[in-house]
Order: sequence, then structure tokens, then C-alpha cells
Amino acid sequence: MYQRIPSPRWITASLLALGITTPALAQDDDPIKVGILHSLSGTMAISESTLKDTVEMLIEQQNERGGLLGRELEPVVVDPASDWPLFAERARELLEQEEVDVIFGNWTSVSRKAVLPVMEELNGLLFYPVQYEGEESSENVFYTGAAPNQQSIPAVNYLHDQVGVERWVLAGTDYVFPRTTNRILEAYLKDEFGVADEDIMVNYTPFGHSDWQNIVSEIKRFGSEGKKTAVVSTINGDANVPFYRELGNQGIDAADIPVMAFSVGEQELSGIDTGPLVGHLAAWNYFMSVDTDANYDFIDAWIEYNDDEEVVTNDPMEAHYIGFNMWTEAVRKAGTTDVDAVKDAIIGVSVPNLSGGYATMMPNHHITKPVMVGEIQDNGQFAVVWETPSTVAGDAWSDYLPDSRDLIADWRKPMECGNYNVEEGECMGSDAEEQAEEALSED
Amino acid sequence: MRIPCTLMGQTRCHAAMTRIVNLWLLCLLLIALPFAAMAQDDADDGQALLEALDVRSFQDKAEAIEAIIQSEDERANDWLQALLDGDLQRHKDDGRFVIITDNVGREWPARDALTGEDVGEISRRELSRIDINNALRSQLRSALSMVELYTGERDERLDAAEGLIGDVDDELADSLESRLDDEADADVRNRLNQALAVYRLEQGEMDAVETLSGSLNSDVRIALSRAAEGEGAVADAARAALVDIEQKLKVNRGLETLYFGLSMGSVLVLAAIGLAITFGVMGVINMAHGELIMLGAYSTWMMQQLLPGHPGLAVLLSIPVGFLVSALVGVIIERSVIQHLKGRPLETLLATFGVSLILQQLVRTVVSPLNRTVTTPEWMSGSVAINDALSLTLNRLYIMAFAVLVFVGLILIMRRTRLGLEVRAVTQNRAMARSMGIRATRVDILTFALGSGVAGLAGVALAQLTNVGPNLGQSYIIDSFMVVVFGGVGNLWGTLVAGLSLGVINQILEPWAGAVLAKILVLVFIILFIQKRPRGLFPQKGRAAEG
Repeated sequence: MYQRIPSPRWITASLLALGITTPALAQDDDPIKVGILHSLSGTMAISESTLKDTVEMLIEQQNERGGLLGRELEPVVVDPASDWPLFAERARELLEQEEVDVIFGNWTSVSRKAVLPVMEELNGLLFYPVQYEGEESSENVFYTGAAPNQQSIPAVNYLHDQVGVERWVLAGTDYVFPRTTNRILEAYLKDEFGVADEDIMVNYTPFGHSDWQNIVSEIKRFGSEGKKTAVVSTINGDANVPFYRELGNQGIDAADIPVMAFSVGEQELSGIDTGPLVGHLAAWNYFMSVDTDANYDFIDAWIEYNDDEEVVTNDPMEAHYIGFNMWTEAVRKAGTTDVDAVKDAIIGVSVPNLSGGYATMMPNHHITKPVMVGEIQDNGQFAVVWETPSTVAGDAWSDYLPDSRDLIADWRKPMECGNYNVEEGECMGSDAEEQAEEALSED
Repeated sequence: MRIPCTLMGQTRCHAAMTRIVNLWLLCLLLIALPFAAMAQDDADDGQALLEALDVRSFQDKAEAIEAIIQSEDERANDWLQALLDGDLQRHKDDGRFVIITDNVGREWPARDALTGEDVGEISRRELSRIDINNALRSQLRSALSMVELYTGERDERLDAAEGLIGDVDDELADSLESRLDDEADADVRNRLNQALAVYRLEQGEMDAVETLSGSLNSDVRIALSRAAEGEGAVADAARAALVDIEQKLKVNRGLETLYFGLSMGSVLVLAAIGLAITFGVMGVINMAHGELIMLGAYSTWMMQQLLPGHPGLAVLLSIPVGFLVSALVGVIIERSVIQHLKGRPLETLLATFGVSLILQQLVRTVVSPLNRTVTTPEWMSGSVAINDALSLTLNRLYIMAFAVLVFVGLILIMRRTRLGLEVRAVTQNRAMARSMGIRATRVDILTFALGSGVAGLAGVALAQLTNVGPNLGQSYIIDSFMVVVFGGVGNLWGTLVAGLSLGVINQILEPWAGAVLAKILVLVFIILFIQKRPRGLFPQKGRAAEG
């Protein structure tokens, strides 16, 4: 009806009126838009597609419970197709065109680095569900996966204290997560346990490496020098299947040289015959085999949602479960989906995790998690053999690296800083732009 | 009930916690006493022995296992073996211990752990397994191997004796001496002698070094290095023995690298040989070659799904099935895309690249974006030991043999059959061949089907080595082109030699350059080589070269 009135003055007035009324309308009826930024095609689809389904399931469940603030939740799914620069474009599309209130997404660190400047520029909210190398804390990102002190450090402690390991093989895929993690671990092993240089072997392989004969045989030699040896593996994704097959075939038994993996979960194991791998280890904050009612309910819902008895759950799925519940809790607390209000409200929010405890959002945008070590069973599941007595708070900046030792992150007022240097007493400020450029150019 | 410090499975338990645990155990004992008494009535200590296993703490389980070993119960062996295999389970309702005899499906047949009587099938939901960890696993294994040393078959005795090297103490030494007198088999005797010699070496006996010299066993080497650190005649002898051993190890390491190289090479040959036909002989740049390999791998998975419980048979059957599936898809690609782009290599390249993306996404959508499990049959897993330092992995031996068979088959087809003759005729001079009455289109289809089918065969083999997933093909397409170009386009022998030599070069470079750098070096080497000899290792000569 506005179009019928030709006068420009009227148009201005009506636009003004629209401008005033729309937010009120939106508050009442419009659905709350939840962006999902996970690759559905390309190399990362193998890991990320299940996370998209997880968020969709969580949204569906939330809507069955009556939505949020009396409004429906609506998923907005985009496919960044495992293409890192495309992640940034899609994130921009979600925030600018779709105007989503929150985004759940990303898997690889390089894709996260790519969207970081977009998130900060457009003031979005991103929940990142995967264990990562740390050394980052953005005002607009919430890290619900493990930081290194919530996965690798406790795992190495377990190997040293419980298994008695004295020689270490740090094997990883050649990219930022393994390189940073191994840098932290090497420093940690030398400082804490006094491990000598010749007792650490570091090995990097390209993505999707498939010929492991030489490396496995080298590990075997390295481990037959009389000292208890373990492999700490940050080998990523697809390369694991041929790696574990070669281990099995060359007869490396978990009792002799255990392999502790940080990137191998139930989903990765579902592509391998685990018979020869029984006893090899993985460190996570959640295992599908965790014996709690909350977990059984989640698994049942997941099986029903997929209509497939064989589906598995894994750690990043739990991270999304926690992140999603934290976000809804914070929205309820703030009474609005406004990004700034939610950002303030979410710090200190506690929600149940799937292993019978609680996860709390810390001021550095990382959460508290229990750390568990599981042994691979012949049915493709892990049996938990060790667990931290209480939850561990995620540390954005590692204490074991010289350049990050003095940094802390605290997004509460008045500090509001992701990298405050306690020695110099000043905030280093955001360098998301450079980080993104660096990450993308390295790739 | 969770006891935090036992959860951590460690010895240094808090004192206060110990008290709580003791109280808790006392309670348990009081509750359990009547039951225990009942079990006693059945004249059985077994129930109590097994009962002790059903605790959360691995430390307590270790003690319970020790108690079973010490009990000299005649069923102990059976229990320990079942515990090791994860077959010892407890019924959730009546608390009875059973041993599962088959754990496929949801209903498992079982027998009573105490009486041995058959108890029929039990749903897996009603059972809880007695979990073990690595430490318990090795404890169980060493306990069982001692039994096997006396009662097992020859191979079991051999393994048991080998496991003892480096683990002999005063007590064991005497019983081993007596065992040695009864042992008939020479190999087992040899192992036992070595195990005893390591023990005697630790006691500082000179003649032990002589027994041990030349052995490639890593425990022997460790013992000798320890002895060599000291002073005196024994240390000198140990040092001399070590030098000799190091020499032998070097030879073995060289042989091992050669084997690794040949096996990697045979994988490269398998992946590339199909391309050698479509690209090399027909001149078609088929970027979807990798996806044809992937389809072959998926056929293996499909056959295993169709034949559950017979992974070996499924793998054998998937050889023809994989060939046919990939050949069929190849024909479809040839008819729908490639034939229209004849003589336009750049367009063919782009179009087939598109086809490869379509095929990948198709598999993602139809099957799943997740990797599929392909089970390795029993006869293909493990390795054959040549000596203590050198063993060859079986799956790769099979794949090498398979590569040879495929290669010989292809050579025979190209040289000895009418199809081969026609293919060679068409590639050398299409117009002339046609005027001689050869139906060139039919030959095109058959050749492309053959090349695609061989890619499918490569997929069947690769399913035993790597991921069966939508991305499988991508990782092999570059390597395949590399091998074909390096070997000389249009020459099957060139592909063979190029594949094998690239594999060996790669494996030689890898230990000192690292996997990433080794790959780069190989690529640089090929680029330089192609600069010098643009037609590859074995260029085609004469008129064919112009075709």
C-alpha cells in the first residue's frame, strides 16, 4: 500500500516507520536465524557434514520445546565446500544477507582464521567445536573444543605417569595444529620431564599421506632401544586409516608402542577394522561409550534423527551440543539475541555436558572440560581408562611457549582483551586480518 | 559408585581414600558373604576369583588376575584367555559369569565360565564386559605364554620363547633349563638358549656373548649394549658382537627399503597402468581416472556388504566386479563426453575434471561423505618374518603379486589378442586402420573400457591399503600422470619401470628428507628429467611416435 503514495516525503516517513516497527515485529514473530557454516562437499565433508546434522537436530529439539524467547529457531545452512577463502565469503553472506544471530561452524584452523576478520568486522557470533592449537582468543568466537591444555598436555601426563613412557615420537600432519601442538609438547616434555633431545622424534607427513611403511618401520626401530616408547599422533583425518593399517600389519602392538591420537575419534574409526588396533589410545573430552543417561539420550536422539542404528557420536558433536545450549542459555539470560548482550551474558554460563558434569564458559571464551583417555576396542569404540578428577579450564595462550607465556585473555569489562600481556601491562589488540592472511597464504 | 583415585588406576592412592575404599569393601564383603557362601556350596572358589575381576580399578584387576594365576585352578587358562579376548562377561541380572563363544550380531552364544555348560544365546544388552587395559593385556599375555611354552603348538611355543628374551630372572632360569631338555624343536631351543644367554650375560658370563652374537633380536641387542658399557673381557666381546650385528642390520635395512620401494612402486604402477592405456595409447587426458579407481574400491566395499562374514571371498569376487563397474562407467564417460572432444585435449581435460567432481559428489550423496570400512581378510593381514629384523607385510606382498598379474595380463592383451592388434593399429594410424576394415569407434570404446576397468582393479587393491572414501581418487591422479609421463607415453613397460623406480627413490629419500620433502624432491627430479628427455624413459620410436 505504500507504493501507491508517490510523495517522497511519504516514502521517507514510511521507511522511518518501518525502521521503528520491524525490530518490534521481529522480536515477536520472526524466527531466530541460526547459521551453519560446515563443508558439505569437498575433502572436509567427511568430518563436517555430521556437525551440520547435529546443529539441525539441536534446533529441531529446541523448537519442540517451544523455541527460544517464544520464537522459532530457523537453521540457515551454507556450504563453504572445504574452500578456505569461501568460508569467509559464506560467513559474510550469513551475517550481511541472512542476518543470522549466531553461527555454528568451521573445522580446520585455517578456515577459522579465514572467517575471523569477518566475524570481528560485522560483529558476529561463532561457536567453534573442534579441538585446536590454541594461541587465539577472539571477541566474537567461542571455542567449545579443547585447547592444548585440555587434551595434549593431560594425555602426555597419562603416558608418562601411568604408562611409564620415556621416549616420544611426535607424528603429525604438516599444518598449523600439529606443528603448534608439537612445539608445545616438545617444550613441555623437556621442561617437565627432562626428556633428552635424542628421546624425541618428530615427524611430519603431508595431508592424506598413504604410504606409511618407512615411517612405521622407523618408529619400530626408535621404540626398540630398550626404553618405553609411545607415539603422540596429531595425524589428521584420512591419513589415519593407512597409518593404523600399517601399524597393525607391521605388528606394532599397543602394549609395546602405544599410539596416543588427538584427531582420531569414533567417526574416524568407523572406516577401519579395529581388531589389530585394540589398546591404542586417544585423548578427548567425550567418548561415545561414556556411561551417563544424558549421553544415552543424546545417542538415542541421534540414531532416531539419522534413522540409522550404526551412526556414531564424537567429541566435536558434544562440543556443539554444549555450545548450542550455552548460547540458548545466554540468550534467555540476556532476553535478546543481540550479539553484544549475548557476548556479555554467556560468560559464566554453565550447562550440563554429556559425561555427567558441567561445562562453564570462561572469560577467555574457552570452556571447562573433563579430559579422558580411551583405549580402542575391537568394536570401534573407546573404553575410558583414565579421566581427570575434575574439569579443566581451557587456556587460550600456552604457558609453555615463550611468545605466549605472558598473554592472557579476558573478555569481561574492563579488560575486554584477547591477548593482554601481563608483563608489559597492555593489550596487544586484534590482528585477525594478518592472521587470516598468514594462514591462507601458508595454505 | 565412583572412587576418584581408583579411577586414575594408580598406586599412590590417598590415605583417606584408602580408608573409604576399605570400608566400602567391607560393606561389599558383608553383602556378598551370603552369596559367596552359596557359591562355596557349589564347591567352587572360581566365583570368588572371577568376582574380584569385576571392579573398576585396573590396579585391583591386576591383583585379581595374579590371584587367578596363583590359584592353579584348572580353568584359569580358559578364563585368562577369555579375559584377554574380551569374551569374559557378566550377566547384568543374575551376576553369572559367562564366556562368549561368538560375538557377531546382537544375540551371542555363551557358556558358563564356571561349569562350562552351554547357556544358549544372550542379548548383548544384558551383558557387561570385564574391561582390560594395555597393562593388563601384557600381564595376561605373559601369563598365557608361559603356559603355552609347555603345552602349546610349535608356533605358540616359539612366540612364547621369543617373548621371554630379556625377561628371564633367577627363578625362571632354572625352569627354563629343564624345559630346554624336553624341547624337541630346534628353533624353539634356539630361542630358549638366547633367552637364557641374555640372563647369563647379565650375570657376566663370557660364553653367553658367543650364543648371542649374530642375533638380530632387539632385546638381545639391548642386553649386549648394556654389557658393552662396562669394562673387561665380556664388555669387549659384547662390543665386537654389536659391531657385527650393526653390520647385519644395515643390510637388512637396505633390503627393507627396497621392499618398501617396490611395494609403493607396485601401487603406483597399478594406479597408473589404466591411465597408460587411456592416456598413453589413446591420448585421452582423463582427469576422472582417479574416480574410476575410487569406484573399484567402493565395489570391494559393496561386495563385502553383500557377503557379510566372508571378507576374503568378497575381495576375490570384487576383482571382476570392480573391473566391470569401472569399465562400464568408463564407457559412459567415453560415449557421453570424450568422443565429442576428440583431438581437443584441453577441453577433454576440463570436461573430465568436471566429470571427476560429479562422480565424487555423487558418491558423497548416494553412499555417504564418510569413509567406508573395508575389512582385510585374515590371510592378507600381518606379515611374514624373514628374520628378527626383517618382516614383509602380507597385504603389500599380495598387492605386488596382483600388480604383476595385471601387468602381464595387459601386455598379453596388447600383444597377443585381436583387440590389442586393433588398438595398436588405430593409435598408429586411425585413417589407415579404418580403411583396413577396423571399426575405430568400437576399438575406442573397448580400449577406454579396458583402461577404466584396470583402474577399477587398482581400486580393489587400494581398498586394502587406504581409505575407501569419496576423496580416494584425488590422491592418486597426480601420481598416475607423473608415472605415465616419466615412463614414456604409450609404453606399458615404461610405466612399470617408472612406477617401481619412483617408489624406490621415494622410499630411499624419505628417511633422511622426511615425507614432505621426499615428495617434492621426486617431483623436481621428474621435472628436470622431462626437460632433458621430454618423451620419458622409453620414448616411442618410429612412426608410432608421431601418432
